[in-house]
Amino acid sequence: MRKVLMGNHAATLGAVLARAQVVAAYPITPATQVVELIAEMEAKGEFSGRFMRIESEHSAMAALLGAASAGARCFTATSSQGLAYMHELLHWVSGARLPIVMVDVNRALAAPWNLWTDQTDSLSQRDTGWIQLYCATNQEVLDTVLQAYKIAERVQLPAMVVLDGFTLSHVYEPVDVPTQEQADAFLPPWDAPRRLDPAAPAGFGAMEGPKGYMRLRKRLALDMERAEDETERAGAEFGREFGRDYGVIETYRTADADTVLLTSGAVGSTAKQAVDELREAGRKAGVVRVRLFRPFPAKTLRRVLRQGQKVAVVDRNYSQGQQGIFCEELKAAMYGLPERPEIYGYVAGLGGGDITVELLKEIWLETDSGKASALEPAWMEDPR
Amino acid sequence: MPRLKIDENLPVVHVSDRSTLENLTGSWRTMAPRLRPEKCTGCMLCWKYCPDACIEMIDGRPVIDMDHCKGCGICVAECPPKCLIMVEEGAR
Amino acid sequence: MFEIRFHGRGGQGTVMAAKMLADAVLRSGRGECLAIPEFGVERRGAPVTAYARISDKPIHARTRLYNPDAVVILDPSFADDPAATAGLKRGGEIVLNTEKSAAEFASRWPGLRVHAVPARRIAVKHGLGPATSPMVNTAVCGAVCAAFNLADARSLEAAVRETVPAKVEANVAAAREAYALILEEAGHAPA
Repeated sequence: MRKVLMGNHAATLGAVLARAQVVAAYPITPATQVVELIAEMEAKGEFSGRFMRIESEHSAMAALLGAASAGARCFTATSSQGLAYMHELLHWVSGARLPIVMVDVNRALAAPWNLWTDQTDSLSQRDTGWIQLYCATNQEVLDTVLQAYKIAERVQLPAMVVLDGFTLSHVYEPVDVPTQEQADAFLPPWDAPRRLDPAAPAGFGAMEGPKGYMRLRKRLALDMERAEDETERAGAEFGREFGRDYGVIETYRTADADTVLLTSGAVGSTAKQAVDELREAGRKAGVVRVRLFRPFPAKTLRRVLRQGQKVAVVDRNYSQGQQGIFCEELKAAMYGLPERPEIYGYVAGLGGGDITVELLKEIWLETDSGKASALEPAWMEDPR
Repeated sequence: MPRLKIDENLPVVHVSDRSTLENLTGSWRTMAPRLRPEKCTGCMLCWKYCPDACIEMIDGRPVIDMDHCKGCGICVAECPPKCLIMVEEGAR
Repeated sequence: MFEIRFHGRGGQGTVMAAKMLADAVLRSGRGECLAIPEFGVERRGAPVTAYARISDKPIHARTRLYNPDAVVILDPSFADDPAATAGLKRGGEIVLNTEKSAAEFASRWPGLRVHAVPARRIAVKHGLGPATSPMVNTAVCGAVCAAFNLADARSLEAAVRETVPAKVEANVAAAREAYALILEEAGHAPA
């Protein structure tokens, strides 16, 4: 049934339909409503899992580490400073191979204080061993939470579902909400291969020497790599169940495109409007929206982007001393290929500035005309 | 092209010389605390817990700075003799 | 694509007016609708802006909107503020919460069509919020649905029921009253 939902509530319903058993969270703007609704549903008896109010984000993830070790399906949501505060536990959870699913609502990091959207919070966690999926619509938020459990449990790694602060989290739009029966048919219960169980005492995560550590890291690396195919597989299975297909990337009008905008999150949706307008003006424009960021879908992007094509990467994030993060990752993925596209970097919308249709068209036109710099990212702003 | 333009003299941080006393956060309220002084024991828990430090003890009784009280209700939740109550903003 | 910008103050339910509109549009099957709050710090009395995009095709643009087809003014104090009509398209329309008649605004906004709705009076009559700052959002949403033919009365009523946290019947009555009033003035065939 289609219901008008804010992005945060779409995330909640995804977790509830996934039958999350333990939710531990600490509120933070703009993610608060995700867990606020779970608490409300628990109070009304509509959510049968356990909801825990915790004194900090660091402790919330620590609580889930315990619950997931006992075999529970776990969920939390946070943003920005809260995610940064969880950092230590994020490494622990992936190393312990626990398939926790977390929603991160993108928000810029302080200082200065800022509440608005920016991907630097989630991208700062790119080396923590979490799968990262970026959403473009509220429908995709709900659908991706369900898929994230399937992917995470198949590779035994945690997954982060990321949505733009306010631009998705607080925007209301129609979302098709599956029934519990449909969700159950897609996502079976989690049968943990290891459990912390007082009846069968065991230790987890104890000291490993260099040899043991290195081998477990390589094991993790192989499973993380596998998550690219598992994301495609879970997206296709979801499509068969619900009629909505998902992959590691989304392409829009790219078949004959000379120049494509490559971006992520809600900007990937706005970019379609920009491309439609460019096409109406006779330009061969397309969009590649990167949905899976970790693992970086290099295999798929190498197949889709081709020599002679120009790619304008629009990053709502920045790695200080380097460049936009999607741009840097794309360049790394293409390096060494005998045939590869030309890649140009643009940084826009840090701290929540509007990345408008007009701005995206300007970026496309500059790149298409060959005037963009392949070495330096261009910082852009819609002056309105 | 709509390039970001920054002034070369832009400072590295913005330092505000404005006192938070000038930031009248009282306009944020939808509910307001009200004191029923006859029940007050002068325990000062409201003074201690107010996250905005906008309660002052005068003659052993709390006086709330309504220009800064945001109406969070923590003083009301903490008051042991329940002499603080929340009322709708603008109610008489 | 039909784009609306809402102007209100914190405490009037401006964002919920846009959300209710999206819900009513969905229920009436007249297209897709996004309700977009302007992302500020929420507090009582502060100016609040929200937007709605309505289209019979999928909506991709997820930005603020700069050149609306219509503006909706929930707080009459904005009627004198040029920001309220900034960027409004030529020949655009205004839904205004006012006790005055639409004709009285002809000289202020030449070339723009004004739909006057006494939302404050309707809200007070139905006991919605204190008389000093009544919740006008359900009445305003009713007026918007009628002025631009975006939803039928039954869908509007269902959207109000889904959204308001309390005084459900009073809110439904306020929305219906404003809807009927504007429908009559706008001269649309009842949907």
